[in-house]
Amino acid sequence: MKIKLKLITTLIFLVFCFIIFYKGLNNPNIYTPKMNVGKNLPTFKAQDFITNTNIDSEKVFAEESYYIVNIWASWCIPCRKEHSLLMELNKNKSIKLIGLNYRDNLDNAKKFINELGNPYMQILIDKDGTLAIEFGAYGVPETFLIDKNKKIIKRFIGPINKEILEEIKLIVK
Amino acid sequence: MKTFKIFLTILLVMGFSELKSYEKNNELKNKIFKNIRCLICQGQSVYDSESDFASSIKLTVNKKINDGMSEDQVYKFLREKYGDWVIYDPALNKNTYILWLLPLLLFLTGGAIMIKKLNFKK
Repeated sequence: MKIKLKLITTLIFLVFCFIIFYKGLNNPNIYTPKMNVGKNLPTFKAQDFITNTNIDSEKVFAEESYYIVNIWASWCIPCRKEHSLLMELNKNKSIKLIGLNYRDNLDNAKKFINELGNPYMQILIDKDGTLAIEFGAYGVPETFLIDKNKKIIKRFIGPINKEILEEIKLIVK
Repeated sequence: MKTFKIFLTILLVMGFSELKSYEKNNELKNKIFKNIRCLICQGQSVYDSESDFASSIKLTVNKKINDGMSEDQVYKFLREKYGDWVIYDPALNKNTYILWLLPLLLFLTGGAIMIKKLNFKK
């Protein structure tokens, strides 16, 4: 009886270890950030890129429309790559693009926009990166799709590509 | 002269208490920075990292603390934005029950076995 009990306990312990290792080793050890979707748009105050005036987020996202918030910087190479796609997205009338200029030199950022074009309805300055933290972002480029109820419904980490562009177009149609 | 001495003492006490509260605030901020994971670094806390992400987090935490948020409120804010992973010290919730309770369970089981064996020897 005692031997049987020991055997069962050992067996349970081994099965338990196996499950823990099986689940643990199957998990990817590369961190993938939590998709901050379904959450309300954060409220904040920011400086406008063109006029340099302070503006409330409620005023920026005042219209009942889909919005794209794109975090970019002139020093970010992938931002340069995705810019043509943002220009294309800007042609879509059911979506409004808001740019968040992340930890950038203002002159360089202006040069970037003059050179590649301005796809944004409004650009906000995030000089110290704290606005990006409010969005739950961790770098550039990063893009958030916001619905008419001012909820973040999609988040794209890294530069957007043709597939993402089509996905966005399909959602806002 | 006496009034001046009293005034000087009050001023010194006030300055000292101000310095104390500044130090206390700094200690709290550093404690929080050490408990936040730098999500774009390899095994570094926000305290150890000089990356853009880490410095933005530091500035945000500074702002939140200066606005009167408590340590727990700051963690809650960051968890909402980045998930449980961003905090080194995991909270007790349904995902971490095993993590927190298993060592205790093993300790109690081990203890019970030891007591039983000792009693048996007696």
